[in-house]
Amino acid sequence: MRRKGVNYSKFGYIFTLPFVLAFLIFSLYPILYTAAIGFTDMQGLIPKPIHILDDPFKNFKDLLFDNVSFRKSLLNTGLLWIVNFVPQILLALLLTAWFTNKRLNIKGQGAFKVLLYMPNIITASTIAILFGTLFAYPMGPINSLIQLLGWSDAPINFLQDKTTARGIVAFIQFWMWYGNTMIILIAGVMGINPALFESAAIDGASGFQTFFRITLPSLRTILLFTLITSMIGGLTMFDIPQLFLLGGPDESTMTTSMFIYGQAFKGSYLYNRAAAASMIMFVIAGILSAVVFYLMRDRDAERLKKAEKKLRKSARSNKEGGMTHHG
Amino acid sequence: MDNSPKSGAVNLKISRTIIYIVCILLALLSILPFWIMFVNATRSTAEIQSGLSLLPSSHFMSNLQVLLEKSFDPIRGFLNSFIISGSATILTVYFSSLAAYGLVTYDWKLRKPFFTFILCVMLIPSQASAIGFYQFMYKLHWTNNFLPLILPAIAAPAVVFFMRQYLLATLSIEIVEAARVDGSGEFKTFNRIILPLMIPAVATQAIFAFVANWNNLFMPLILLTQKEKYTMPIMVSLLRGDIYKTEFGSIYMGLALTALPLFVVYFLLSRYIIAGVALGGVKE
Repeated sequence: MRRKGVNYSKFGYIFTLPFVLAFLIFSLYPILYTAAIGFTDMQGLIPKPIHILDDPFKNFKDLLFDNVSFRKSLLNTGLLWIVNFVPQILLALLLTAWFTNKRLNIKGQGAFKVLLYMPNIITASTIAILFGTLFAYPMGPINSLIQLLGWSDAPINFLQDKTTARGIVAFIQFWMWYGNTMIILIAGVMGINPALFESAAIDGASGFQTFFRITLPSLRTILLFTLITSMIGGLTMFDIPQLFLLGGPDESTMTTSMFIYGQAFKGSYLYNRAAAASMIMFVIAGILSAVVFYLMRDRDAERLKKAEKKLRKSARSNKEGGMTHHG
Repeated sequence: MDNSPKSGAVNLKISRTIIYIVCILLALLSILPFWIMFVNATRSTAEIQSGLSLLPSSHFMSNLQVLLEKSFDPIRGFLNSFIISGSATILTVYFSSLAAYGLVTYDWKLRKPFFTFILCVMLIPSQASAIGFYQFMYKLHWTNNFLPLILPAIAAPAVVFFMRQYLLATLSIEIVEAARVDGSGEFKTFNRIILPLMIPAVATQAIFAFVANWNNLFMPLILLTQKEKYTMPIMVSLLRGDIYKTEFGSIYMGLALTALPLFVVYFLLSRYIIAGVALGGVKE
């Protein structure tokens, strides 16, 4: 922006400088440092000068091929994420379909949204310990409830069984996030051009048809965005499984973040191994972000192209005598 | 599909009833765990062991007493969390707004690449750099210091992205030019004119930044080892330890105390929070 001989463009650099500096110091440098540590033999409490291993990829190879715990942690992370995300997105879609259906005209949506979103705002650490206490054995609120309802004679030791322990972690994650996903999807539906719904109604489309033919395809980008952000969130899952059962029983709820934390900060100080594991996680997250980036860039470019086309068209039609055409 | 309007109306009524029942059950599912938490905070351990109750009892004070006799210090945790979250939030919203303003208002060579860069780094998880970050802070003697938990908040890519979208939709360049004609410097224009215009976006992002910082466990757990530096989520993790093993009443009390401020904030600001969640997802 040049005006009256003053060049303001330098302010673009000045105003973004704090962001860039903070990013370089607190994100980029630590990431590169972590990557470097992944190639070294850095272990123990006292920091030593960096010494690259003779086989630089040894830590990575050990993790991927020999470390049972690490592979288990990747598997657990994936499993816990899928078991939480599939029901989460299905329930969120169902609620979205209900709440945005004009014929159903559901009342009290504001209150429902507030209540269904509520668990998301409460500290995950608090929720993890709360659920650990609720499922206490032999006498805890859930076991009391089960006996009250006559579902089981003997109390159930939820926290010692791998399946129930994993199930509870996935459930907590689901319970904390489906409200969030629902609100995002509803907002997405609100952003769809109402004319589409009107013409569908005129054509006599049923609720099902409208939802599957119009709503769902229009939500494509938002659904993919939700998917990727949820995947990265799931990949870094830490608070809930860490404080719920410390990864137990038998490492069945140990996630990759917990593995990293455990290797470096729980007495063994295996910084090199933890760093290599972080880098593997980073690469996975990087691939996922690349997908998101691709999606968003694609859309912006598309819009730009459309605008350009329109402009060219109107310029041409102006030249040719004002015939405009809307397609 | 429906042959008569009458059966259509009946169907509609049935669907509606089912939907309300499902929604009410889901709402109960959201409330019940916290309800039990608050109720059990007032019951003695013996009462809790003897069965479920949805009505409070009279052991509030004794639970609190047992809780505070041991290492759990909610006031300290609250203060530490408040200092960290408050400072981080201010830095996040101010510098993100500033960067977004620079991105929207000025025509500079690296503007496009910078935006691409923000999109690229938006989803990098902090866990991925934690080991290097810890080693770096250890060398600076910044472990057990709040600064490494506060200063990184200056670079919040997702917030810059959000602020940029907001400015693109609301800012008219005439305001900036009018300010220039009046002789206002660029920084002054931003601080005095633009920032006040951005209040709705700033408020939304401030709430989310505050809550995210408040609830963060991973980084503080790595960096803070001295008890007097513990944040609220680390304080909470103490309730899991052996010292409270059988004191269920005081465990619930501790959990309730840590959740209470969030409930208060949530019910005061829920309208804005829900609106903010919706905005954040649309990303238009």
